[in-house]
Amino acid sequence: MFNFLKPKRSAANAKERLQLVLIHDRTDLTPAELDALKDDLLDVISRHVDIEPDAVRIGLERDGRSQRLVADIPIRSMARRRGG
Amino acid sequence: MGAQVITITSGKGGVGKTTAVANLAVALAADGARVVCIDGDIGLRNLDVVMGLENRIVYDVVDAIEGRCRLRQAMIRDKRLPELYLIPAAQTRDKSAVTPSDMIRLCNELRTEVDWVLIDSPAGIERGFKNSIAAADRVLVLTNPEVSAVRDADRVIGILEAEEKGTPSLIINRLNPVMVKQHDMLSAEDVLDLLAIKLIGIVPEDEGVIVGTNRGNPVALEPKSRAGQAFRNIAKRMKGEDVPFMNLEAGTGLWARLTGRK
Repeated sequence: MFNFLKPKRSAANAKERLQLVLIHDRTDLTPAELDALKDDLLDVISRHVDIEPDAVRIGLERDGRSQRLVADIPIRSMARRRGG
Repeated sequence: MGAQVITITSGKGGVGKTTAVANLAVALAADGARVVCIDGDIGLRNLDVVMGLENRIVYDVVDAIEGRCRLRQAMIRDKRLPELYLIPAAQTRDKSAVTPSDMIRLCNELRTEVDWVLIDSPAGIERGFKNSIAAADRVLVLTNPEVSAVRDADRVIGILEAEEKGTPSLIINRLNPVMVKQHDMLSAEDVLDLLAIKLIGIVPEDEGVIVGTNRGNPVALEPKSRAGQAFRNIAKRMKGEDVPFMNLEAGTGLWARLTGRK
């Protein structure tokens, strides 16, 4: 009767939580280690090009049984850099 | 030719490995194959009671390995099926009594005697598990649609891949179609999406399994049992037959994607 008061059904919670846990189990990377990796990665790249720090997206994605580190790092255009 | 050696494992305990081994063995033997199952859980013997053979044990797997009896003497003949045998685990020893090379030697001896060797792996990822997968030609990973079981299954699949045992096939055990329909249980598709290996069977939750275990009669011998039918289907798929997946949710189309494929 009070179905509308119930939170989201639990199967979806289970799947979302497992997706995250399995990625960290499979890569042996904790969320904190992943953050450190992201910081290091941005440091290195910033030494060579000007990037947009706020628009950076770096994360682990599943592809079947393998995981990949996917980074989307927008680079500031020359024109904007010259413009100041 | 020789037997195929199949190991059933799960990582997590209590998901139904022993029940699955008993039922697959019975299903294969009822179809005329010669089958030996080995209880790999040294010190925590259980396959004997699930199969109803606990009163017939004289020698066990460690006796056979250490040469206190001939292999044939450690093979207990089933009381229902003439070509089904159990090699029980030792109850008063621990896992270190057996090595992976002992298991390979034992299974190689059995390969010429029978068509199938089914090994019931203990829970965990340590010695008993390593012993149980050492001789396997093929590994079946069993899980329940539940977070801890799926997580442990994923670990075990990763270890099997790292040990170059090939990618195992998946049995999803104790799926409750009503809870899945209410979105309160992971569906078979969810579990498959997470674990990303090939499915070989889905066994519905069935009170008859407990009743059968109480009496030492695996449900695969009962023509009307839903779980029994699921185990019989898995046995056929092990033989390479193309058997469609059971429609656990007749009429809802929820399983259409699974059952419609191929």
